[in-house]
Amino acid sequence: MSSSSDKSKDIQDTTKRDFLYLTAASMGAVAAGSVVWPLVDQMNPAADTLALSTTEVDLSPIKEGQSITVVWRGAPVFIRKRTHAEIEESRGVDVSTLRDKESDEDRTQKAEWLVMTGICTHLGCIPLGQKSGDQKGDYGGWFCPCHGSHYDTAGRIRKGPAPKNLIVPPYEFLDDTTLRIG
Amino acid sequence: MASGQREKFENPVIEWVDSRLPVFTMMQKEYGVFPTPKNFNYFWNFGAIAMFMLVTMILSGIILAMHYTAHNMHAFDSVERIMRDVNYGWLIRYIHSNGASFFFIAVYIHIFRGIYYGSYKRPRELLWIFGVLIFLLMMATAFMGYVLPWGQMSFWGAQVITNFFSAIPWVGEDIVLWLRGGFAIDNPTLNRFFSLHYLLPFVIVGVVFLHIWALHVTGSNNPEGIEPKTEKDTLPFHPYYTMKDTFGILVFVAIYAIFVFFFPNALGHPDNYIPADPMVTPAHIVPEWYFLPFYAILRAFTFGVNIYILAGLGLTVVALLPLFTKKTAKEISLPVMSFLMALAGVLLLLGYFSQLELESGAKALSLPLSTAFVDAKLCGVLAMFGAIAVLFVLPFLDTHPVRSARYRPWFKLGVLLLVVDVVILTVCGAKPAEGFWVPLSQVSMLYYMGFFMMGIPFLSKFEPIKDLPKSIHQSVLGGERA
Amino acid sequence: MIYTNTLSLRHPRGTAEQCSSSGIHTVCDTVTLRNSSVFNTDSCLRRNDTRLFLKYILPFLLLFLWVSPAMASGDEIDLPQEHWSFDGAFGTYDKAALQRGLKVYQNVCAACHSLKRVHYRNLSDLGYNEEQIKTIAREYTVPDLPNDEGEVLDRSARPSDPFVSPYPNDQAAKYANNGAFPPDLSLITKARAGGADYIYALMTGYHDAPEGTELLAGQYWNQYISGHVIAMPSPLSEGLVSYEDGSPETIDQYSKDVAHFLTWAAEPEMEHRKRMGIKVVLYLIVFAGVMYAVKKKIWANVRKP
Repeated sequence: MSSSSDKSKDIQDTTKRDFLYLTAASMGAVAAGSVVWPLVDQMNPAADTLALSTTEVDLSPIKEGQSITVVWRGAPVFIRKRTHAEIEESRGVDVSTLRDKESDEDRTQKAEWLVMTGICTHLGCIPLGQKSGDQKGDYGGWFCPCHGSHYDTAGRIRKGPAPKNLIVPPYEFLDDTTLRIG
Repeated sequence: MASGQREKFENPVIEWVDSRLPVFTMMQKEYGVFPTPKNFNYFWNFGAIAMFMLVTMILSGIILAMHYTAHNMHAFDSVERIMRDVNYGWLIRYIHSNGASFFFIAVYIHIFRGIYYGSYKRPRELLWIFGVLIFLLMMATAFMGYVLPWGQMSFWGAQVITNFFSAIPWVGEDIVLWLRGGFAIDNPTLNRFFSLHYLLPFVIVGVVFLHIWALHVTGSNNPEGIEPKTEKDTLPFHPYYTMKDTFGILVFVAIYAIFVFFFPNALGHPDNYIPADPMVTPAHIVPEWYFLPFYAILRAFTFGVNIYILAGLGLTVVALLPLFTKKTAKEISLPVMSFLMALAGVLLLLGYFSQLELESGAKALSLPLSTAFVDAKLCGVLAMFGAIAVLFVLPFLDTHPVRSARYRPWFKLGVLLLVVDVVILTVCGAKPAEGFWVPLSQVSMLYYMGFFMMGIPFLSKFEPIKDLPKSIHQSVLGGERA
Repeated sequence: MIYTNTLSLRHPRGTAEQCSSSGIHTVCDTVTLRNSSVFNTDSCLRRNDTRLFLKYILPFLLLFLWVSPAMASGDEIDLPQEHWSFDGAFGTYDKAALQRGLKVYQNVCAACHSLKRVHYRNLSDLGYNEEQIKTIAREYTVPDLPNDEGEVLDRSARPSDPFVSPYPNDQAAKYANNGAFPPDLSLITKARAGGADYIYALMTGYHDAPEGTELLAGQYWNQYISGHVIAMPSPLSEGLVSYEDGSPETIDQYSKDVAHFLTWAAEPEMEHRKRMGIKVVLYLIVFAGVMYAVKKKIWANVRKP
């Protein structure tokens, strides 16, 4: 028996064996990876939760000067049909003097409709000002009773500890009287 | 401590950890170089498979608990939400519900292997007892898990099983009340079952740890049933058995996957897709298939114990008493034993038929004192728990010196018949308790009990001892015997 | 037969070893060996336990598997086996049949039976787009959340709402149907042995009661329900629902379509499940094959004495 042919057979065998082990190991890794994904993904929002990620609102019953609150993704959304005076007041403000510099046009798609998340940007309380009898703060918009933040008629922070304006959620008008939030 | 004679690891991180807590040394010792008999067959894969199933069940169960609501008004709906809305919820639930069945399949084969090859025998008695304890805990866990979806079978299964305990004299009703936390199966019952269903698997993990610890003290049994003697008889656990177990697990999981993906409800009952209704009982209440043999034993008692049956049982004990003494086969008189057993048989039959007569109102025997003083219900419950309890004492019933059924033809026949018997009991458990199925389950129950309580002690004394191979190595080489 | 005194053989430590002293004998000795040097434990096993298992135990296990379907339901009536597009490992739903089935459900079944676990948004599985689903949902009204004055007003349904039930609660459903509760249909094919076959058989199984059968008022005779007595009158009749795709407007076609639709309602995940299942099972088989080769390779040196 020649030792050289033995050796080449050995090498062949080793390559074959290594290939086999490598295949098995990588198949195991792929299997483990595919098992992990469902186990992770199950914690993402479920289909019923996602189905509520957009909300459609019928705007037709809201009269000028009225506000409604709708629930969207578990949080209140303020929708206000603003009066002429409110729009004028808001547009008359010099943006550069504001804490969070946003113009009224930046915050609205249609001037009379103001849509924003009703959560104070300070510590997450819900500001007052949606009902006619509510305290509306020094700027005629909203007032957060927790720590005294005052928001104007465009929901911008004017006074008090809150750092930012009330957040405008993504929304679009499907037609003149239907609004989709989200 | 063992860490004293530790060998150093090359990897500095592993070495750093291991010098402080020798987990790697332990893994190396118990799963790396651990000497394992070289002659295992594929029956020895089922321990690893059962372990794999336990992990699968705990993982999928923890995930289901994230979405499940343990309240009688919401449980069914929350399960349906898992099935329809949760991402991959259907997959995880089907893995869990079919996983219970496949866990039991693995464990039943594992138990069969233990009996067939005598793995319960000295010095592995405690190892076996831990195993039976795991089995018992699994049954409790599986039962409570089946209640959680709060379908019709969940509800009525819970009703029937909690009712077992009402058979206990005097305190039975109070125990049932205590178990249910109310006058009927209701929200409190569901809540406690959920809590325990979540807890018990971790208790199982603890007992599994003891089971494996005990295994690593005595070492594994093997198909020949003889202890490894030299290094030639064993192989290191890794890579030989790690790779063989991985292969076995993959084959098992492939079959399991076929059920999960293509027949996810084949092992379940359609009625459990009907929400629980305390006012409507399903036509047939059937437990999960893995409980059927025990359910059949429960229902086999359509008769109670009267004076004749008691006397028959007493006489049986007297007849078999010599088997449990130190007497040798030669010192035991078979004719006397046979005579006493025959007499006991006659008494038992008299008792049985006189009970049937009372039931049916016939007047063929008209024996005096044939009324039962232990009713059928209590007998059934005792027999059912006895069927499990007998497994606990199996190591002490069997004193035959040969382990493996390979070298015990009588025992082998008995065990194989036991398998057939258990299959028959399973079928009986699924059928309504009427007609032909009643006597069939009674005979099958008699064999089950008889094999363990009488057959095994009898064979311990009287089965001839075959010659065994000198060593595992020698047996493996077969052809080249000395 | 030798009755050996077993106790005399007992030894404080072991059980089996002592017995081997009397002689050497294994069960493998009759195997013809091609090459004794590669003979290993597996052939010993083949000869012994495995064959025994296959010969005696397996037939019983197969028998058990064979009877197990019958176990689910004691005295079941034989249902005719229909052919469904969703049968088998590669089966899928037929979207046209699902849409027709939805129409049958909406126009006929929905008068009494709820389908509360299916949401309008789920209808995208049937091939409807968002606008179509909104339109379908808008035909129904649901009670809104209480408003600021505490009044509960109705609003039109949205895609995120479940199918609107015909009755406000179970008691109302029972009362309106002579005390017989029309079950929710969301899971009906999973909750009845036979599934779609059962629904189809039930829908087409209405016949005049055979002579001598007494039916009470509000009872009907059906070939395929256990006991043959059902409280639901035959719901379908020819031409009851108009189809736009030219499918025959017959009881048979309606029954098939509604059974198809209800199977989807019970198992909306089925197509996804089967698609995934084929991949998973194939992968596992290949992986097991590779592992078998690995195991053989590793064990190869054990064969040598």
